[in-house]
Amino acid sequence: MIQFTEVYKAYPSGKEALRRINLFIEQGAMVFITGRSGAGKTTMLRLIGLIERHSRGQIIVNSQNLERVTGNRIALFRRSIGFMFQDHRLLNDRTVFDNVALPMVVAGHSYQETRKRVHAALDKVGLLAQEKSFPLALSGGEQQRVGIARAVVHRPAILLADEPTGNLDPALSWESMKLFEQFNQIGVTVVIASHDLEMIRKLKKSIVTLKSGKLLTAGGEAEE
Amino acid sequence: MNKRRNRNGVTDGFNYKMKVWLSQHNQAFQDSLGQLQRNLAGNLFSIAVIGISLALPAGFYLLLDNAQKVMENWDGTIQIALYLHPEVSDERADTIKQELSGHALIEQVTLITKDQALQEYKQFSGFGDALDALEENPLPSMLLLQPRTEVITTEQGEALLEELGKLPEVETAQFDRQWVKRLIVILHILKRAVVILSTFLSVAVLLIIGNTIRLSITNKRHEIAINKLFGATNAFIQRPFLYSGLIYGIAGSALAWMLLILSTAIMKDPVNQLATLYNSEFRLSGLNAFELLILIVIGGGLGLFGSWIAVGRHIRDTEPT
Repeated sequence: MIQFTEVYKAYPSGKEALRRINLFIEQGAMVFITGRSGAGKTTMLRLIGLIERHSRGQIIVNSQNLERVTGNRIALFRRSIGFMFQDHRLLNDRTVFDNVALPMVVAGHSYQETRKRVHAALDKVGLLAQEKSFPLALSGGEQQRVGIARAVVHRPAILLADEPTGNLDPALSWESMKLFEQFNQIGVTVVIASHDLEMIRKLKKSIVTLKSGKLLTAGGEAEE
Repeated sequence: MNKRRNRNGVTDGFNYKMKVWLSQHNQAFQDSLGQLQRNLAGNLFSIAVIGISLALPAGFYLLLDNAQKVMENWDGTIQIALYLHPEVSDERADTIKQELSGHALIEQVTLITKDQALQEYKQFSGFGDALDALEENPLPSMLLLQPRTEVITTEQGEALLEELGKLPEVETAQFDRQWVKRLIVILHILKRAVVILSTFLSVAVLLIIGNTIRLSITNKRHEIAINKLFGATNAFIQRPFLYSGLIYGIAGSALAWMLLILSTAIMKDPVNQLATLYNSEFRLSGLNAFELLILIVIGGGLGLFGSWIAVGRHIRDTEPT
């Protein structure tokens, strides 16, 4: 569950990225955040993942008031979240296996458990055969799927994806979205920031629309 | 077994947690070795600088330690010579010897009677025939006193000499220890210099290790941020860097030890030759096992501390973007 109550986010320069956001996302929902560039989509994901702090208001994620999550509790909180970025953010000097294993390793899982889950995640995204490859030897689409496997390998309660299809062709984008949908079907709350309205329409999922940091619509499906 | 699975599927329980903790340390150690291997030439250069920086104070320590051993040998040969009046008989001299043997500050007393003195003089002077011509033995009896070691360089030594010089049978009391006092003062000065030098070089080692680790952190900012994004704690991220510092320090100590072995081997023969010329049993010695352990602990400790200083702030400041 994700709840924003009267949330504001302002930067030291004075620029307001988000203004008076009130939003509720149910546990197990799949929600798209849309809007033009600079609307505040990425900022919203960053606030949910505690990459940034909000300036005013209250954010509750999985029953935790984010204002009270400090110190080492930030690390523990982030273990319940899976992140997925447009630029993938893979470690190029590590193999595919090591990249995907990272959330398991930092959480202190045993090697046997890590191997089992990494193999399952790579199998799911169709990259098990490439587990020993390095990211730079993979295509953009394959790198993106490695990013997806890493985002879900530790079975997060929430999956946050920022423009996950930005660099992909339509076929690959659709494939990725279907993967997100499958994770959502097993109970993961999926929040995706995207401006790919055509794709969102096809999936018929809830959307949140932002404009210049303000919430325009929340909860409805994208119109045809 | 006291085990249960938490929400994230991680098993709780002390034994399991300990196993995970050890496994994470093992992984951090392997990561550090991997990092060192990836930039082998640069890291070997850093280890060489650390090794030389540690070898210098350790070498001075060895020098002082050996000098101290030489001093201990010489301390045993420093004696007070009491020349008795010529009219003092050998019997009386022997009585004085017995009395002085019980003195608290004197370890040993040797009597050289008039006849013994004459025989020795004849033997070593080459004036045997001339001395035979003398009607009377002109040499006095002499008492050679071995004071306790702790008395030699203190005010007690002065007081003892004064006390002995006042004995009515004593004509002259001699205690040639000025050079020993000077040598001891020089050694004290050198000891202080070694402490100062060691402090400066320890700070240099800290800075070298700190800077090497800081550069390593700078090169890994992206990786640190990704790790934090997926829930790595600062302690988890720090570990490989701390192990790197520890490895730098221990490897530097090992190198310093090898340099000292080499230096000792080069100096051994000429020093031993010199000692033989002075009829001394002294032999140049290197670091013993305990001193080697101390060197490794100091090197490792400096490495760990240097990296700890470097990583703390940088890792805290590196956040996902």
